[in-house]
Amino acid sequence: MKAQELLKKWKETTLAKVIARFPERKTEFKTGGNLPIPNVALPAEVDENYTSTLGMPGEYPYTRGIQPTMYRGRFWTMRQYAGFSTAKESNERYRYLLSQGTKGLSVAFDLPTQIGYDSDDKMSIGEVGKVGVAIDTLADMEVLFDQIPLDKISTSMTINAPAAVLLCMYVAVAEKQGVKAEQVNGTIQNDILKEYIARGTYIYPPKESLRIITDIFEWCGQHTPSFNTISISGYHIREAGSTAVEEVALTLANACTYVDKALEAGLDIDVFAKRLAFFFNASNDLFEEVAKFRAARRMWAKIMKEKYKAKDPKSWMLRFHTQTAGNTLTAQQIDNNIVRVTIQALSSVLGGTQSLHTNSRDEALSLPTTESVQIALRTQQIIAHESGVANTIDPLAGSFFVEQLTDDIELKANKIMQDIEDAGGVVAAINDGFVQRIIEDSAYEYQMEIERKDRVIVGVNKFVVKENKKPETMKLDPAVEKNQNAALKHIKQTRNNDRVSETLNELRTAAKGTANLMPFILAAVKEYASIGEISNVLRDEFGEFVSKSI
Amino acid sequence: MSNRAQKLLADIKNKNARAIGKAISIVENETELCDDLLIGLSESEMPQYLVLGITGNPGAGKSTLTDKIIAHYRKQNQRIGIIAIDPTSPISGGAILGDRIRMMQHATDSDVVIRSMATRGRLGGLCSCAGATVRIMAASGCNPIIIETVGVGQSEIDIVSLADISLLVSAPGLGDDIQAMKAGLLEVADLLVINKADLPGATALFRDLQMLAREKEREITKTIASTGEGVDKLIKQIELLEKDYNESSYILKKREASKKKEIIDWSLEMVRAKLEKNIEHFALTNSDPRLQAKDFIKQHLKDMQ
Amino acid sequence: MVKYRVLIGKPGLDGHDRGAKFIARLLRDEGFEVIYTGIRHSAEEIASVAVSEDVAAIGLSSLSGAHLKFFPDVVSELKSRDASDIRVLGGGVIPDEDIPILIESGVETIFTPGAPAADIVASFRKACEAHQKENEGNY
Repeated sequence: MKAQELLKKWKETTLAKVIARFPERKTEFKTGGNLPIPNVALPAEVDENYTSTLGMPGEYPYTRGIQPTMYRGRFWTMRQYAGFSTAKESNERYRYLLSQGTKGLSVAFDLPTQIGYDSDDKMSIGEVGKVGVAIDTLADMEVLFDQIPLDKISTSMTINAPAAVLLCMYVAVAEKQGVKAEQVNGTIQNDILKEYIARGTYIYPPKESLRIITDIFEWCGQHTPSFNTISISGYHIREAGSTAVEEVALTLANACTYVDKALEAGLDIDVFAKRLAFFFNASNDLFEEVAKFRAARRMWAKIMKEKYKAKDPKSWMLRFHTQTAGNTLTAQQIDNNIVRVTIQALSSVLGGTQSLHTNSRDEALSLPTTESVQIALRTQQIIAHESGVANTIDPLAGSFFVEQLTDDIELKANKIMQDIEDAGGVVAAINDGFVQRIIEDSAYEYQMEIERKDRVIVGVNKFVVKENKKPETMKLDPAVEKNQNAALKHIKQTRNNDRVSETLNELRTAAKGTANLMPFILAAVKEYASIGEISNVLRDEFGEFVSKSI
Repeated sequence: MSNRAQKLLADIKNKNARAIGKAISIVENETELCDDLLIGLSESEMPQYLVLGITGNPGAGKSTLTDKIIAHYRKQNQRIGIIAIDPTSPISGGAILGDRIRMMQHATDSDVVIRSMATRGRLGGLCSCAGATVRIMAASGCNPIIIETVGVGQSEIDIVSLADISLLVSAPGLGDDIQAMKAGLLEVADLLVINKADLPGATALFRDLQMLAREKEREITKTIASTGEGVDKLIKQIELLEKDYNESSYILKKREASKKKEIIDWSLEMVRAKLEKNIEHFALTNSDPRLQAKDFIKQHLKDMQ
Repeated sequence: MVKYRVLIGKPGLDGHDRGAKFIARLLRDEGFEVIYTGIRHSAEEIASVAVSEDVAAIGLSSLSGAHLKFFPDVVSELKSRDASDIRVLGGGVIPDEDIPILIESGVETIFTPGAPAADIVASFRKACEAHQKENEGNY
């Protein structure tokens, strides 16, 4: 077939439908030198092989992108992950970020919150407000989103084991703002499998955790239809040291596990699959990263259509958020990190990401300063508005090299997924430490390459300079823990403690049975039961997971 | 016995964690105090203790099962010792001792004495220092004492022979398990455990094992270590067996055999050190090394003290 | 030959164990016996394990900013167990100005991101040698 025919057909069908509702950013796209820019460039002849492996943007198998307009319609969502100290201080940072042009919030919680401990728990000492904001009860959440209209912005929350609790708090805050549950928009990370594998903020054993996750899928399907119920994350797997291929393989293997569980629970694939989102890492190897994003999209489309027989094309689409690779940031010559982040951000845009967080230059030293956060955001804005890479779709398609890499990543990732299946599936492979070992081996190899100087890290093992001037770093108020505990104490004294006990008891009964836990958690949250109290009920009933990997 | 050794022994008996830890290192490294210390650990003054061996392939869930067994004995207020053995890397001589991870919930319980030990590629297997470690733990009031190993290779079989009662743990889906058992571990194991008994394949494994077990008159117990199911039953079986072995004096025979094995192990260690030193001065000839070895031994074995 | 025994642990709630696992493997490959205790442990637990395993040195890793609490806590837990001879080394995302505070509290060495593996191994070896000289395997 002539390319012009395919293009004409695509424009009249797939593209026309979308443009009617969402027009492109400009009526005409041109290069800096006034050359015309096509929606999507094609080879002169398109054969069967082209349509089955690449296809058109917005069409199966989505290798070239999930929307027919991509960034010609609108840019990716610039979503900066932030949160520290108390809800009040984080709220100030969010409002600053919104005023600077970010379109979505991304909340970082502190470790006690992520592991379901109250700030005054013995386990929390020293950790309150350190790597994110401390949330104990609904009261903190009300402060966190003060003056932020939850019907207008979308919020991504990096929360996993207690995701149900934080989602319920979010819905409760929205209701207090007069926003209905069905209007709220955003994502909870809710990806427990990668916590066992790579990130460590698990609480309960896999079986019970997967039950909570399917409960969330089900409840959200009915109550918050536009909320992404999970963000299946390769990001942390990569940060823990995996290769790009392993990142894709392990992420998609996890994703299949969630799908299997949801199907077992009797959910309709074409209802919940649309709400599955993904989260990938963007590292330094530009072409490999671009190929990785394209390969992942194609693989997922095939899995959903062919293996799971999903009918709705929306179920076939791999939508993903990207964050630049934290592990590539150096503590030496920190301004070099701005350049690394630029390359990484570019790879995700060339790879068709739906949203992006760019890391700040000083994150190998501490939480970022406001100034560093601004540079990180500006990096995205320059790529979007000045570089021109967003003006045509999937610009690297057809490059012999990039297509070869894309095929290669698909092939090798499929092999690893098969190995995991042979080992009894993801959960068995986690319990045996098989998955963890894959990552540890790659991490060790990578680090040894650096030690041998086979891999150059500028400013670390080559081009080293003596740095006298130390960069300014972000300092946290040391009184955070004390203040947070005082606030929690006040809430515990002033709430209706009889109602708290009642709702917690009802949650316990539900946990012993098979009922969906979400309504019970929501009821407890609304009575200002704390995250620790709710999580402890479930700890009692479900037990706690202990990792044995090394 | 030196004053220092006496003080160390007294501290061990007083359950001082620091003393127990140091004493085990002294035996492991055969440092100066070693012989003095061992004089003080004579069997006659030792409280009663039972040595349990737990072995099985990686992935069978040994550590989790051990963890549950520890919890059981702690509920009955018994002080318990655990020796967790991991292989030494033959290339670097180093080792990662990771069994601790599964037992961290007992980290601050002073009545759970855990020691991780690397095989260190000893000539005489591991019985030498593991045996002494058992007695150090026993002297501090531990009963029972568990020795946990990865069930692959000769040194693990040796370790199992140190135990009064040994458990061979297997689980469905590990493939070559049965073959390994046939290869020798079954000979020395007293109880067979099928862990992860809720997994598919458990029934098939039970059937396979049953044929072997009947031949050797062994019991098979099913457990699910992750939930603790079957652990009580397993403990009962251990107690029954212990009673049985005691009444029939079989336990004495076992201990005699293991003592002899320990002596051989220590001897080999000592001989090897001597031989390695003396070979430096041995005048090589043109004859075959085997023949030269006979001469070498003739020359040097006499003065080996 | 005496083998050096060390403990690698992660105090606090931080689950990022890439660095800790790398150091554990690295030291294994350099001939050390490494007790790895995994993530999420209190200073009390780490010190208690170090004593019963009779290690010469402890390596602590923290990336969550809680090092000023946990590293000195491990040192004082060792002290309360009459085990101040066990060396404590630390690493992670640790701002320069915190290093003197940690050294003052009794931590022997601090490694920051980018520290070469050879330096880390050398520091552990030095700590173990010093520990051995002090103890000579005796009581």
